[in-house]
Amino acid sequence: MLNRKVATVMTSLAAAAPTLAYESTYNLPVGATDVSARVYGLHMMMFWVCIAIAIVVFGVMIYSIVKFRRSKGAVADQTLLHSTKVEIVWTLIPVLILIATAIPAARTLIVMEDTRNSELSIKVTGYQWKWHYEYIGKGVNFYSSLAADSNEARQLKSGIDPHGVKDYLLNVDNPVVVPVNTKIRVLLTGNDVIHSWWVPDFAVKKDAIPGFINEAWFKSNKVGRFTGQCTELCGRDHGFMPIVVEVRSKEDFAKWLADKQAAAKAATSGEVAPTATAMTTPAAATTAAL
Amino acid sequence: MAHADTHALHAADHHDDHKPHGIGRWLFATNHKDIGTMYMVFALIMFFIGGAMAMVIRLELFKPGMQFVDPGFYNSLVTSHALVMIFGAVMPAFVGLANWMIPLQIGAPDMALPRMNNYSFWILPFAFTLLLSSFFTAGGGPAGGWTLYPPLSLQAGDSFPLTIFAIHMMGASSIMGAINVIVTIMNMRAPGMTLLKLPLFCWTWLITAYLLIAVMPVLAGAVTMLLTDHYFGTSFFNPAGGGDPVMFQHIFWFFGHPEVYILILPAFGIVSEIIPTFSRKPLFGYDAMVYATASIAFLSFIVWAHHMFTVGMPLAGQMFFMMSTMLIAVPTGVKVFNWTTTMWKGSLSFEPPMLFALAFLFLFTIGGFSGLMLAIAPADYQYQDTYFVVAHFHYVLVPGAVFAIMAGVYYWLPKWTGHMYSMTLAKWHFWVSTISVNVLFFPQHFLGLAGMPRRIPDYNVQFTDWNMVSSIGGFVFGLSQLLFVAVIIQSARGGPKATAKVWDAEPLGLEWTVPSPAPYHSFSDAPEVH
Amino acid sequence: MAHAPTSSDNSKYYIPHGSPWPIFGSVALFVLMSGAAMTMEGANNGPSLLGAGFVLIFTLLFCWFRTVINESEAGTYNLHVDRSFRMGMSWFIFSEVMFFAAFFGALFYARNFALPWLSGAGAKHLTPELLWRGFEGVWPSNGPLKVGPRADGSFETIPALGVPAVNTLLLLTSGLTVTIAHHALRAKNRAVLTTFLLATVLLGFLFVFLQAREYHEAYTELGLQLGTGIYGSTFFMLTGFHGFHVTVGAIMLLVIWFRVLRGHFTPDRHFAFEGVAWYWHFVDVVWLGLYIFVYWL
Ligand code: HEA
Ligand code: HEA
Ligand code: CUA
Ligand SMILES: [Cu+2]
Repeated sequence: MLNRKVATVMTSLAAAAPTLAYESTYNLPVGATDVSARVYGLHMMMFWVCIAIAIVVFGVMIYSIVKFRRSKGAVADQTLLHSTKVEIVWTLIPVLILIATAIPAARTLIVMEDTRNSELSIKVTGYQWKWHYEYIGKGVNFYSSLAADSNEARQLKSGIDPHGVKDYLLNVDNPVVVPVNTKIRVLLTGNDVIHSWWVPDFAVKKDAIPGFINEAWFKSNKVGRFTGQCTELCGRDHGFMPIVVEVRSKEDFAKWLADKQAAAKAATSGEVAPTATAMTTPAAATTAAL
Repeated sequence: MAHADTHALHAADHHDDHKPHGIGRWLFATNHKDIGTMYMVFALIMFFIGGAMAMVIRLELFKPGMQFVDPGFYNSLVTSHALVMIFGAVMPAFVGLANWMIPLQIGAPDMALPRMNNYSFWILPFAFTLLLSSFFTAGGGPAGGWTLYPPLSLQAGDSFPLTIFAIHMMGASSIMGAINVIVTIMNMRAPGMTLLKLPLFCWTWLITAYLLIAVMPVLAGAVTMLLTDHYFGTSFFNPAGGGDPVMFQHIFWFFGHPEVYILILPAFGIVSEIIPTFSRKPLFGYDAMVYATASIAFLSFIVWAHHMFTVGMPLAGQMFFMMSTMLIAVPTGVKVFNWTTTMWKGSLSFEPPMLFALAFLFLFTIGGFSGLMLAIAPADYQYQDTYFVVAHFHYVLVPGAVFAIMAGVYYWLPKWTGHMYSMTLAKWHFWVSTISVNVLFFPQHFLGLAGMPRRIPDYNVQFTDWNMVSSIGGFVFGLSQLLFVAVIIQSARGGPKATAKVWDAEPLGLEWTVPSPAPYHSFSDAPEVH
Repeated sequence: MAHAPTSSDNSKYYIPHGSPWPIFGSVALFVLMSGAAMTMEGANNGPSLLGAGFVLIFTLLFCWFRTVINESEAGTYNLHVDRSFRMGMSWFIFSEVMFFAAFFGALFYARNFALPWLSGAGAKHLTPELLWRGFEGVWPSNGPLKVGPRADGSFETIPALGVPAVNTLLLLTSGLTVTIAHHALRAKNRAVLTTFLLATVLLGFLFVFLQAREYHEAYTELGLQLGTGIYGSTFFMLTGFHGFHVTVGAIMLLVIWFRVLRGHFTPDRHFAFEGVAWYWHFVDVVWLGLYIFVYWL
């Protein structure tokens, strides 16, 4: 099918110039996963379909505006009233176009929803206004909040120029660290209100809803630092709970995990891990907040 | 379409044309034109209030860093901006146009239920007093977004019940207005005006009214559940008690998606009146237009969850809602193609109503295209809750719905006041608005794609440039609306006398058979329609 | 509806001249709503404002309806106007249907989606494991935390075969009696008309009375309250709004009854009667839905 070809072409084109798209201030990133590249391809496919239709439709409109002006002596053709034939044609053509675009979209959707066979599960809990990450079965968990320098600069009339702050509003104290080329499953929930966990480079965005567990997954092909933000209005500081995911090589990740586990062991002698209590009664927390 | 016979008019009665005097004329009004005027004035005031909030939003977003407002107050501004614009500006403006034009277009003496007509208007100022007064309560105005999602919306302070009850009142007003429109169109048509001779503005309003009656009560139900969850311990949206916050979203969007067509169908109707007039050619494919409108209305009930692709719906649900949403492009396309073909081989001239209608045609279509992109579920994962969505809906709402309202006002204003207005001034308004509205909203597509979430008061420096451009566009667009007001005031106060036909064309429809200004009482004796 | 009506013999479509009631009604609504809001937020003068709002609303209803009834009795409304009233009433009832649809929708959603998901159905299989250990949401449910008045979170439901069945019979009978009254009105049989109309009113109030007793029992003995999780929420909101509508309907029927006693209505002109009868049937149908989906299934 033509459109799938277009999609593949766009995807490969995009993949050929990843850095260019990554830096873009006007388009989606191609991203760091196969899924994100597919989504980018879908996005560009739809974009070009719209452009093509726009050229035809706007072309006819502009032609009419230029050609059939009364000031140029145009006389209206009063016989042009209706035609069942053209109505059918311009109903069917869009239907066909839409079917052609829906097919690759549906395929991608099926892939995105398939969370089976993941190698690492991280439970992500949205709080007003920070994230909590728990590496399931690994004994590691921590909160992740807006970095201190950003937080200082973003206060009303702080007088601090955001341009001088490193990764202003896109930096946290404790980033999530994950291994490269590994299928990571995120299990999302909210502690108080609904939040939404979005990392554009993974094309992952899923709501973190109190009382329910939502699933999403990603498998990064690249090592690097990827940022995202909360994308569901969650109150006063909704704009200030960013996400930072650090994708490291498998060895680096193992080392990081071991360090964290050791630190956690040392700490548990005194205090209870926050999640042990945090999520047992999310609703109680919710009602208390009401 | 309707060809009218004017002779009945001049036999009109003598005593009936005197207007009531003083403030009572407005407070106790039962005349569809007076009520229509009040609706229009109210809508304009609300447009300025909502616009002023938007200006503060754009000011805060002009550059990164928090300069002017507290983040909580910012959220209140965004929430109220949307509620005011949708329920205070666009919907009442359409009801005002319906009040003025439907009786004139169908040859009726007035709206079918005149007292209820006045009730549905007067509820509105009080409803918005409630809503806006919440800004002065402890905790400030409603700040959960116009979508009022729980549990966040339940965290509000004193503003909470005020918002809920204001919405109840707006809903009651809309339902009464809609009942009035349906009854008027179904029961008050002049003899010979069959349904398939009905002007398209009436058709689109008729279908809009059905939508309103079907979904406003659902919104009332949704906010009532919020109210009881907040005060009476119910668990509709509380998972601990077996409820689900996402259930609110389903109920809300079951209202919300038809609502966006409520905001656009009458606009389609206005454009379908204007384009034929200034193309000097009847509308192409009248029947197809009617069926397309009905199909859009029908489909609007089965697409709601496209606002919720990221909530974790089952795969089958996402598939269904993706495909049904895409289908809406088909009847909408039929409309766009018919408008275009109406201009084809026409004899076009470009008075202000036509200019606004043309801008509508182009810019609404652009908004429709971005809507179609949003409908692609996997891609929507990237767009959802970013400025790409903000760009989409402002394109369909501002150069869509609002421009159509302006086109309608410019089209019928001389019929209302009896005076022509300054074409030059109106064209200035058009050009400044059309250019600046694109400067305002086009860059927001880029912002969204590059990763800027919506509903945030501050952002990373990478988004600075496009935000500045957008804000500048916003200020210019806002200021240019003062020209609109100037034109209206000018035409209300005086100016060259308008003829019955007003336009240098042969506009179809009964409203052009009565003198300008239209007599205080419309067709006391029904005209014959052939 | 194909064409516009030909106006009846007597005259033109009646357009009332200025009326004070709409603006009065808007003020009344405003007072009522601000009163309710202030009451809910615990403001001191909230209840008195709320009370004033109710007084104003009842005054409004009384005055507005009186105006309309007087106009009607004076023969102001021709058949054309009558038809507007009928259409208006039908669409109003439709809007009420949609209001109930929202709550039926909530019930349906809670039972078929929310509870199964909370218990781990489909893609939400980790929900009970990570959040609500061991929860199995079987209807009737008050959720994983067993939200409700009793310490152990238990509650009982009202069996469908008890009072609800009686109530179903009452309402169905009342639908019948109002229809008989209507036929009697058409047949100019005043005695049957007044008796059966009164019977309808009484059946209506009896229904409300039994319903109130059920509520009392639910609150005091069954542990079933508005706050009893999602079951209590849907149960009381649905049956509560229905009961409210029955009350309103019965009051309207009572007004109609008094009008009949005064000799209002003729065999072919009695819109008010019919409008209220439609409303009553609507209330009836909603109850059938309730009986099936709330009490029975
Ligand atoms: C007037 C209001 C209006 C209108 C008319 C529309 C029209 C459409 N909208 Fe829009 N929408 C909104 C107002 C409106 N919307 C608002 C307010 C929101 C945000 C709410 C919030 O979250 O606050 C929103 C959000 C929104 C979303 C959710 C985005 C998100 O939050 O992630 C989606 C997703 O599918 C969507 C889709 C569409 C589609 C497919 C149409 C279609 O009807 C468009 C159809 C038109 C065309 C396609 C153009 C003309 C057609 C042709 C020329 C024919 C040929 C074309 C093809 C075959 C491609 N809209
Ligand atoms: C019909 C509906 C409608 C209309 C007409 C508008 C009109 C405008 N909107 Fe609105 N908007 C919404 C509906 C609408 N909007 C909705 C539904 C939302 C989502 C809310 C939510 O997230 O919950 C939203 C959100 C929204 C945002 C996103 C906020 C955020 O997510 O953080 C922004 C930001 O730019 C914005 C801007 C504007 C601007 C600049 C206009 C302009 O077109 C306004 C122009 C009008 C005027 C300016 C008034 C007239 C002129 C004067 C007052 C003279 C004085 C002028 C100056 C001082 C310059 N709107
Ligand atoms: Cu958390 Cu927005
Ligand atoms: Cu929608």
